[in-house]
Amino acid sequence: MRIFTTSDLFSLFAALQWTIVLVTLAIALGAPLALALALMRISKIAPLRWIAAAYLQLVQGIPLLGLLMFFYFGVPVFLGIQVPAIVAVGIAFAAYSSAFLGEIWRGGIQAVKQAQWEAASSLGITRWQQFRYVIAPQALRIALPATIGFLVQLIKGTSLASVVGFVELARAGQLASAATFQPLLVYSVVAAIYFAMCFPLTIWSRSLEARLNGAR
Amino acid sequence: MALVEIRDVRKSFGANEVLKGVSLDINEGEIVTIIGRSGSGKSTLLRCINALEQVDGGEIRVEGKAVRTDMQDLRQLRQRVGIVFQAFNLFPHLTVEKNITLAPVLTGKSNKQEARQLAIDVLERVGLAEKIDAYPEQLSGGQQQRVAIARCLAMAPHLMLFDEVTSALDPELVGEVLKVMEDMARQGMTMVLVTHEMGFARDVASKIVFMHEGRVWEQGTPSELFANPQTPELKSFISSIK
Ligand SMILES: Nc1ncnc2c1ncn2[C@@H]1O[C@H](COP(=O)(O)OP(=O)(O)OP(=O)(O)O)[C@@H](O)[C@H]1O
Ligand SMILES: [Mg+2]
Repeated sequence: MRIFTTSDLFSLFAALQWTIVLVTLAIALGAPLALALALMRISKIAPLRWIAAAYLQLVQGIPLLGLLMFFYFGVPVFLGIQVPAIVAVGIAFAAYSSAFLGEIWRGGIQAVKQAQWEAASSLGITRWQQFRYVIAPQALRIALPATIGFLVQLIKGTSLASVVGFVELARAGQLASAATFQPLLVYSVVAAIYFAMCFPLTIWSRSLEARLNGAR
Repeated sequence: MALVEIRDVRKSFGANEVLKGVSLDINEGEIVTIIGRSGSGKSTLLRCINALEQVDGGEIRVEGKAVRTDMQDLRQLRQRVGIVFQAFNLFPHLTVEKNITLAPVLTGKSNKQEARQLAIDVLERVGLAEKIDAYPEQLSGGQQQRVAIARCLAMAPHLMLFDEVTSALDPELVGEVLKVMEDMARQGMTMVLVTHEMGFARDVASKIVFMHEGRVWEQGTPSELFANPQTPELKSFISSIK
């Protein structure tokens, strides 16, 4: 047994990097997929809507933990290949993010008045241009508070990666706690770090929401 | 050949047949005003002309080309046929300049360097050049509608459709929008408009079309129609709006 030292604190911050990597991966991979899903959900082509709806039902119906288990333990067994933990965990978080962001953004897109599509299409621009220049900027503004809210969920959700042995912030906390026998202190520090990341986002999201409501 | 030929057009929403065989010609340079009671199908007819609605039967030809919502060059059609809506439908996140230049730049009608000058030119035609950098929410309803008209003009359309463009305005703002439309009429723009402004219809229209229950009930010059209505439906409509 030893006491909690600054080196333990350093190891927590080192692990924090991995938390950030996970969040970045989840967004970098998940956001494009989310956009595709949102567009598929509002598509005029029925099979695209069905595929997107099925994917969303599936992913949203599985707990995040289940997704992690599936990609970390299940996929290597099915495919017979060993994937690095970061890849498996990254994909699981990307799948999770794509489903939730996809639905948030679809909601934002559908909250923009139909008349805006009509006005834009009446000017003879393509459907993609209508979306890109007229609908998307308005939808993003509407969906931004919920998007940031999801980001907070995601940051906290990365702690689940510890279950498959991935050393991110929560797992590093476990290790430090086991080594120092000071769980109260260690976990307080871990909690404080999560809070320091999430709290400003929550405030930002709230103020955006207030501004949005004030604008209508 | 008429600029727009409408032949026996039918359109239903579910079981509700809204256009029951409408035929109408619109010639180059004409100002056609469509009047009629609420629900008689005026807006629907207008929206069929630029394919915002798909006709169920009959045919509409614009500049000789058949109009369909699934047509290959739908965008070409929309670039030639402008529409102004009752609710303005400006893009709230864009400045007046960007509202106007978005489509001309995206469709290659104007390049980025010329775009601002184009915006200034069309804004001068509606008397709003000083509002070029404003956002729609900073403008009055009348000003917003004039920007919406300028946005259409920037595409240099051959035909413009107006669906009750003054109906959402406070009475004191109606005049400024009608004046802009009068100027356009004088400059030779072909216009089809649905309006409740009978004074405007009488003074500016070259042809008035009275729609009733999904049909063209009567049409003629303003003096013919107002002075000498042939049907009891038009007679009662005229007396109801006086
Ligand atoms: N998208 C739609 N879906 C279902 N019904 C519609 C739709 N658009 C119009 N209708 C119906 O079609 C009929 C004609 O509508 P339209 O808007 O063409 O009338 P209008 O002559 O323009 O009337 P108003 O003077 O009130 O604008 C109405 O009964 C209306 O309820
Ligand atoms: Mg109408």
